[in-house]
Amino acid sequence: MADFVDAAGWERLAQDLVAGRRSLVDLWGDAGSVRMAVLDADRGRIEIAALACPDGKFPSLGRHHAPAIRLERAIGELYGLEPLGAPDDRSWLDHGRWPVRQPLGAPRPHDATGGAYRFLPVEGESLHQIPVGPVHAGIIEPGHFRFTCSGETVVRLEERLDYVHKGIEGLMRGAPIDTAARLAGRTSGDSTVAYAIAFARAVEAALGVRVPERAVWLRAVMAELERIANHLGDIGAVCNDAAFALMHAHCGVLRERVLRAAAAAFGHRLMMDRVVPGGVAGDLDAAGEAGLRALAGATGREFAPLVSLFEDTSTLQDRTVGTGILTAELARRFAAGGYVGRASGRDFDARKIPGYPPYDTLSFAIPSLPEGDVNARIWIRIREVEQSLALLAQLFDRLPSGATRTLLEPNTVGEGFALVEGFRGDVFCWVRVNADGRIEHCRLRDPSWFQWPLLEAVIEGNIVADFPLCNKSFNCSYSGHDL
Amino acid sequence: MPLTEPAPSADAAALAELATQVNKAARRRLGRSLSIRQVDAGSCNGCELEIQALNNAFYDIERFGLRFVASPRHADVLLVTGPVTANMREALYRTWAATPDPKWVVAAGDCALDGGIFKESYAVTGGVSAVVPVDLHISGCPPTPTALLQGLLALLHR
Repeated sequence: MADFVDAAGWERLAQDLVAGRRSLVDLWGDAGSVRMAVLDADRGRIEIAALACPDGKFPSLGRHHAPAIRLERAIGELYGLEPLGAPDDRSWLDHGRWPVRQPLGAPRPHDATGGAYRFLPVEGESLHQIPVGPVHAGIIEPGHFRFTCSGETVVRLEERLDYVHKGIEGLMRGAPIDTAARLAGRTSGDSTVAYAIAFARAVEAALGVRVPERAVWLRAVMAELERIANHLGDIGAVCNDAAFALMHAHCGVLRERVLRAAAAAFGHRLMMDRVVPGGVAGDLDAAGEAGLRALAGATGREFAPLVSLFEDTSTLQDRTVGTGILTAELARRFAAGGYVGRASGRDFDARKIPGYPPYDTLSFAIPSLPEGDVNARIWIRIREVEQSLALLAQLFDRLPSGATRTLLEPNTVGEGFALVEGFRGDVFCWVRVNADGRIEHCRLRDPSWFQWPLLEAVIEGNIVADFPLCNKSFNCSYSGHDL
Repeated sequence: MPLTEPAPSADAAALAELATQVNKAARRRLGRSLSIRQVDAGSCNGCELEIQALNNAFYDIERFGLRFVASPRHADVLLVTGPVTANMREALYRTWAATPDPKWVVAAGDCALDGGIFKESYAVTGGVSAVVPVDLHISGCPPTPTALLQGLLALLHR
């Protein structure tokens, strides 16, 4: 499935990325090789290239194309493959706390004592630093932010992530498909449906399995519910960070109702483990469907006045408009997915390109705005809630009947991949399945990989007090990134 | 119509676990109001979503005298999630050390018990009790807000 290229072919792909002819979907290590997934948006195709690394080295992509830098650092420390000429040789995932080095390559024991991290040097008069985390003040995930400021103004933010690295790629190795599916669904809990669909579609592609129509449609119902619930949570949370708690309270009520309806319909509030390779677990009964239809109607009615409230509150606009601007050029270069990209003019959505069923037969718009500020990222979410509610109505009106699951009968080695649009952006999954039905290798790439670096860029020149707004408007996943 | 639900009963199993573990003098000193510092020690963020939900109008956790605080130095309770990754081990321990006595540790979620689905990993220490003493465990993947509330109420109602 992957085309092996030589070093010159690898460099040509790098030049395509630099020139913007293709965008980087993922870069990861495999046994004795590195792999790159690139998107050709004009042709709506993802291509996977592999480069053999017999001497344990490969030409750095990051020296040409910055979005690859952190991915290469991770390949180096997980697989022991060295990116030649890489601009940053510091470790990223490995904090020196694991009992092994290169856990996915040729593991070597390590004393796990940790060590200091070399933050980038900052020089200049009257600069001060603010270290934040890994334990943060709210009910959120851990990570470290190192702010360098001149007075109130942030001159540099440097992120130190990977506190929640769980070694999911390692746990997947040799795991039965159903265990691996549960792990995929716990890569980033807020996107459990998106991850489960991405993993299932990749496995189904590897095994050449056709999924019953009804299952395909039920997956979309769950995916849109997940998108609506998360966007509602985010819209309220950004407003809360601007001290407008009323919006947070109202959005919290709407979000809770979505989760309750999901629990009634599918048996789990976040719909974990409901999407499985081969289809979906269980079925949606008449009562569950009626509950979801009623929910979609009520949410639409109650959301509209909240949108007006947001629009008419000048104190909110004062905080969100012009804050944390991400330029269209950076969004394009990093192939930023989700609302981060779409609020900066990159109208990419994996449901359209490359596209997957049932979205190819549904009617929906991809909202996009040019401003790139916190405000635009909220508006994209607002418009997407409206689009997803409309999608739910279409899904229920045409929901096919029939079976919801095909049993898998793996008996050959196969590779497959999938790109699925989660609420935060496109989730990529690549998988190789063994003849005995176990996972030989599974790679999962969260959209946050290409969004976290951009958060460092957008906060520059903003005041410290606006960081929570910028950060929440991105709402990157720590767990999904740290894996 | 008010949205806030009637108080759930304290979880019976949690009450039994606490009765054997928590010192009576500590209970008296902390009284009927508790400040909670949440620590994510490697969770997938599913638990965080459900803990956040405790603040919504349906569960309204503050009516019980339970509130989330920003610093361990203000906390009576550490509410810890995740399998405790190797990279979070020291941060969790230091947060615990910064919390004044008397204090309780509540481990929330199936992976906080023993590492759960992640327990075989090189990157995971295997549950909260591997790093700090745990007084109460609330199971679930993730625990529902009601289950979280029932467990936390058991800290108050004995």
